Amino acid sequence: MSSRPIAFANVRLVDPASGYDGPGGVIVTEGVIADVVKGADLGSLSKDVEVIDGKGALLLPGLVDIRVKTGEPGTETKETLKSAALAAAAGGVTSIVVQPDTHPTIDEPSVVDFILRRARDIELVKVYPAGAATKGAEGQRMAEIGLMAEAGCVYVTDADRPIVDSKVLRRVLAYAKAFGVLVAHRPADPWLSAGAAASEGEFASRMGLPSVPAIAEKIMLERDLALVELTGAPFLVDQLTTADAIESFRRARDRGLPVTATTSINHLSFNEIDIGDYRTFCKVDPPLRSEDDRQAVIEAVASGLISVVVSAHAPAPAEDKRLPYDEAAPGAVGLQTLLPALLTFHHEGRIPLIDLIRAVTCAPADLLGLASGRLAKGAPADLVLCDLNAPLIIDADKLVSKSKNSPFDGRRLQGKVLRTVVDGRTVFSA
Amino acid sequence: MNATPPGLNEVLQRTFSFPKRHFLSSTDLNEVEVENLLDLADGFVSLNRQTSKKLDLLKGRTLMNLFFENSTRTQSSFELAGKRLGADVVNMSPRSSSIAKGETLIDTAVTLNAMQPDLLVVRHSSSGAASLLSQKVSCSVINAGDGQHEHPTQALLDALSMRRAFGRIAGLKVAICGDVAHSRVARSNLALLQMLGAEVRLVGPPTLMPPQADRWNVAIFHDMREGVAGCDVVMMLRLQLERMDGVMAPSQREYFRFFGLDREKLAFAAPHVRVMHPGPMNRGVEIDSDVADDLSVSLIQDQVEMGVAARMAVLTSLAARLENDR
Repeated sequence: MSSRPIAFANVRLVDPASGYDGPGGVIVTEGVIADVVKGADLGSLSKDVEVIDGKGALLLPGLVDIRVKTGEPGTETKETLKSAALAAAAGGVTSIVVQPDTHPTIDEPSVVDFILRRARDIELVKVYPAGAATKGAEGQRMAEIGLMAEAGCVYVTDADRPIVDSKVLRRVLAYAKAFGVLVAHRPADPWLSAGAAASEGEFASRMGLPSVPAIAEKIMLERDLALVELTGAPFLVDQLTTADAIESFRRARDRGLPVTATTSINHLSFNEIDIGDYRTFCKVDPPLRSEDDRQAVIEAVASGLISVVVSAHAPAPAEDKRLPYDEAAPGAVGLQTLLPALLTFHHEGRIPLIDLIRAVTCAPADLLGLASGRLAKGAPADLVLCDLNAPLIIDADKLVSKSKNSPFDGRRLQGKVLRTVVDGRTVFSA
Repeated sequence: MNATPPGLNEVLQRTFSFPKRHFLSSTDLNEVEVENLLDLADGFVSLNRQTSKKLDLLKGRTLMNLFFENSTRTQSSFELAGKRLGADVVNMSPRSSSIAKGETLIDTAVTLNAMQPDLLVVRHSSSGAASLLSQKVSCSVINAGDGQHEHPTQALLDALSMRRAFGRIAGLKVAICGDVAHSRVARSNLALLQMLGAEVRLVGPPTLMPPQADRWNVAIFHDMREGVAGCDVVMMLRLQLERMDGVMAPSQREYFRFFGLDREKLAFAAPHVRVMHPGPMNRGVEIDSDVADDLSVSLIQDQVEMGVAARMAVLTSLAARLENDR
C-alpha cells in the first residue's frame, strides 16, 4: 500500500452522511481519509503529497451495492468474483455484497470464508458475502446463521427464492435477531408467480407472455411484515417494485417496525413496455412493472421511504439470454451502469443529487454496519471521482462483466466514472 | 406453365409489392396489404379447385417447415401451398429429430439457414420465437404460431373465409369464444378483424380471458348467450383439455354447459350466423357436433380450404420481395 499521502483537490464533495454538497478536498493517508476540507481552499500541503486535480468533478464516497450475483463458486462462465470486482471498480462501486445462491450455496461458514479469501486475493473492491437464511436456500431448514455471521457474512437471505413456509421464516427472524443479523427476503407470492415471465397487464396479454399480477408482491410482503411484527426482528425487503407493496411498507414504517427496503436500478429505469419485441435483456426478476408502479418506486426513493438502491447485478451469458422470452434466464448486469443510471434522476430534476447518492453509499453502509460509504475523517478511503455531466452511450459489448446482459444497451446516460479508489488504492481510472 | 384462371392472372398482374421481409404478426400489417393478400388468396382458391393446380411462381425456391410443436394440418397446409407454387418443400420437426438435442432455437435456425432456404415457416411453443428467429436468419420467416402470441396466417384465412361468406368484413359482428387467454388465434384475429372494421367481442369465463383485455377496444362477455347475441360470426377456439378439471374450469361437462356452442346458444346469434373453428375440434367440449357438421352454418371445412390459398398468397408475396433483394 502506498504510504504517500494523496490529496483530491478542486472537487465538488457530495457526502450524504454529513449532508455536505459543495466545493472541497479530501486528503488520504495509509488508505484512510485523513482529512476532509469543506471549502475551496485545501490550505498548504506538504511536498510529499500527491495532488490529484479533480477539475471540478464530483468526489463521492465509493458506492456500496448490497445485491450482487457473480457465478463464483460454481458457474464461473457467467462471472467470476474478479470480473465482477473489475466491473464494480469501473462503475465506481467499492463494496459489493454477493448473494448466497451459488454452487455450492453460501450456507455455512467455510463458503463465507472462501468468498472473503478470494476477495482478499483479488484485491480490487471490498466483497462481503450474504449467507443463505436456510440450507441450500431451499426454505426448509435454518442455515448456520450464527457461525456465518461470525465468519463475516453481513446479512442472510435466500436471494430470489421466497421462504414460503411461514414457520421457517418466523424461526429465521427470531433466531437471526438474537445474533443481531439482518434478514432479507424477496416478497413474491410463489403460486401467483409460478412460470411468469412478465407483469400481468395489457402488454403481457398482447404479447402472449405468462405473467404475474403486481399484487403478488404485496401479498407476500404483508405476511413478512406481520412476522416482523411478531418477532421484532430487523428486516430488509429485497426489492420493492410495485405501488401496492410500497403502500404496505409505508404503513409498516409508520407503525415503527424495524424494516428497510431496497429497489433495483432496473425498476427505477424501465417499465414493462421496454420489453418491446421480446428483448430478453429486459427480463429481470421481479419482472419489469407498469409505468404507474415505476413512478411509485421513484417517488418512494425520492421521499426516502425506499432508502437503498441496488444494481441487482445478475450476469447471464448469451446462451441463457438468446432464447425465446419465457425460456430465457432472468437478470441484468448493473454494476457498471448503476451510478450513471441513477444520476438520470438528478439530470431530470426528479431527485436531489445528495439523496440519490445516499441510497448507494451511507444508507446501505449504515444498514450493514460498514465503515465506508462516507467522506469522514478516519473512514476508509473508498472514493469515486465522477464527471457528473459527461455523456455516454452504453455499449453492452464493451462492459467489463463476463456477461453482457445489460438492458441499458444503447441508452444515453450522463455521468462518467473517472477514478475509483479503494482503501487509498486506485482500482480504476478512465 | 399451366393455364391460370382469369381471376388469378388479373390479380397477379397488379403491381402489388408486399413491403415486408417476414410475416410475423397481424399487427405488422396494414389494411391495404391485407386486402391485397385476400384478393390474391381469392385467386388461388379458384386455382386450387382446378384439376391442374400447379404454378411455377416459387420455382427454384426452397421452403422449410420448422415445427417445434406438432401440427399436422398447418404443416401440410404450408407444404401444399409451397408445392402448388413450385417450391421445394422440406419438413423439419426438431422435436422428433436429433437437431434440437442440446441445441438452442437459434443454433437450430442458424444451422438450417446455412442450407439456404428462401422461406422458413416456424411454429414454436414460446411467444416471440418467430420474431427472435427472424433476427438471426437471412431468409424470410413466416410465423405459423408462436406460443400464445400470434398465428397470422390463421387470421388471414379466417378473414378470407368471412369475406367470401359475407362479401365484406367491415361491420361484421364477430364473437371470439372460449380460451382467449392462451390463444394465438384469438390475438391474430382480433388485430386483423379490428383493422378491417369488424366489431369483435370476446366471450368466455374470466379464467380464460387475458388480463386487461378490456383495453383492446372489445366488449367482453362471460355469458355465452349475451356474447353471441346478434353476431354474424361465432368463432370458437380450441380448448386445451389439460386446462379443464379444476384448473381453468371445473370440468368438461360444466364448461360445455355454459360455454360450449350448441343449437340452443347459437339461436341467440343473427339468423344468418356462420360458425368457425381453427381446429382440431374437441367435440362435446367447446362445440357440439350437431353445429360443427351442419354445412349451412359451419365454415370449418372452408377454413381448411382457405388455409392453403391464404398461405399461397403469403408465400408469393414474400417470394416476390426476395427476388427484389437478390
